[in-house]
Amino acid sequence: MLERRSVIQGLAGALAAPLLRARPAGAAVPLTTGLPAGEYETAALEALPGKRPLIKLSYRPPNYETPLSYFGEALTPNDVFFVRYHLAGIPEATDAETWKLAIAGECVENPLTLTIADLRSGFEPVEIEAVCQCSGNRRGLSDPHVPGVQWGLGAMGNARWQGARLKDILAKAGLKKDAIEIVVKGADAPVLDTTPGFVKSLPAWRALDENTIVAYAMNGSPLPHFNGAPVRLIVPGWTATYWMKHLVSVEAVAKPFDGFWMKSAYRIPIGKFPVVDRFVSQEAPGVPTTPITEIVINSLVLTPDLHQRAGLPVELDGIAWDAGYGIARVEISTDGGADWQQATLDEERSRFGFRRWRYRFTPPKPGSYTVLAKASNHAGQTQADRLIFNPAGYHNNVPRPSMVIAT
Amino acid sequence: MTRAMLLTVPALLLGIAAARADEAQIHLKDAPGHETVETVCSVCHSLDYIRINAPFLTEQGWQAEVGKMVKIFGAPATPEEAQAISTYLAKNYGKPPG
Repeated sequence: MLERRSVIQGLAGALAAPLLRARPAGAAVPLTTGLPAGEYETAALEALPGKRPLIKLSYRPPNYETPLSYFGEALTPNDVFFVRYHLAGIPEATDAETWKLAIAGECVENPLTLTIADLRSGFEPVEIEAVCQCSGNRRGLSDPHVPGVQWGLGAMGNARWQGARLKDILAKAGLKKDAIEIVVKGADAPVLDTTPGFVKSLPAWRALDENTIVAYAMNGSPLPHFNGAPVRLIVPGWTATYWMKHLVSVEAVAKPFDGFWMKSAYRIPIGKFPVVDRFVSQEAPGVPTTPITEIVINSLVLTPDLHQRAGLPVELDGIAWDAGYGIARVEISTDGGADWQQATLDEERSRFGFRRWRYRFTPPKPGSYTVLAKASNHAGQTQADRLIFNPAGYHNNVPRPSMVIAT
Repeated sequence: MTRAMLLTVPALLLGIAAARADEAQIHLKDAPGHETVETVCSVCHSLDYIRINAPFLTEQGWQAEVGKMVKIFGAPATPEEAQAISTYLAKNYGKPPG
């Protein structure tokens, strides 16, 4: 049933794409405030094949973010899940029937080649709900602005991922004790041979975590092409740079991997952010940066700006998420951050997923009320009050204001 | 699943054609260096990358970006072309003076 529906939606999306090019002038693109001026002039609502219209930031490689309205659903639907590529050499079609995943490297005893059928039948199937969030989510809100894809708030989504544990796959290949990193590659590639291919590594301990999975399904359907079909890596709690799409190669190595996307990109200043997980084998004496790892604790108010009569209540709601330590509380301010009250939390669906919160607010008298949400987790982490600036614009978890206007 | 895949193939081909057509609608300012930018930069990416990254980079900022594209990503530009691109971007998509 789900499969049929996704096929129909996929076709609808594909057929809609050419029509959307003739979009009416001035069609509202749901961008947040504070982005670079040029983004408001060029971002557009556009549909990739198999997707509903998303906020297009760049056509090639495709970078499309999810409008906030979709985060009201507990699981972000596959056909509105954000799309992020670094390099434009994307396989035109990924055929699940002929797809192969190679498990190799100097630190495995028995190199393997797996098909989708092998993955499904040869390993215990597991399922986990987890937030997939681009490291650069909210980069466009950096102050001052920093170069890169100017993401607003929607380079993220929450889905149920089904697949096989990477640790089970590595065990079958006979992982040796001297493996320190696991290198992952996808089928996508640069346009030019001179461009470094998008290759990433994980510390062996994180690759062997029971929650790190090789996923062949998303929300009960095959992965959308633009989200990594037929198989992608899922690293719950860590940013999406490690969630390799179109996964074709896993290599266990005894030395730190020294590709551009580890040594130079996706790094944060050491000691500036309150993260627990460190990727120590990618640190070096005298180098002041370390690879980005965990998703920092964050939240959003999902209610759009609201108008209400003074003395009557408004129902505010939103989401909070973190690296999997678990949301302990969400506090709401209706006066721009002076006073804070606790919101009610819905039941936790997954410690790696979106946690819904709700708060009833009755504006006492006419006026504008600035609503802020601030989440804290069981590791004692709380959202930052002020931006922690860094050159790549990562880890922006400053509360975002929303308005209630009472008359 | 097989059915889904079969149906997805024409959808993808259609989509790629649509993306190229969409991309052709992006226009950059007509000024010295414009042609070089279109020729060199669009080998690897659509030109909306430039528009969303504006206007906040200084001339040094654009030089650093263009330098990264050439040295790290292997963009096919001579030093003269790289200079022409940086100058064009700084003048037309750079941080306004003052």
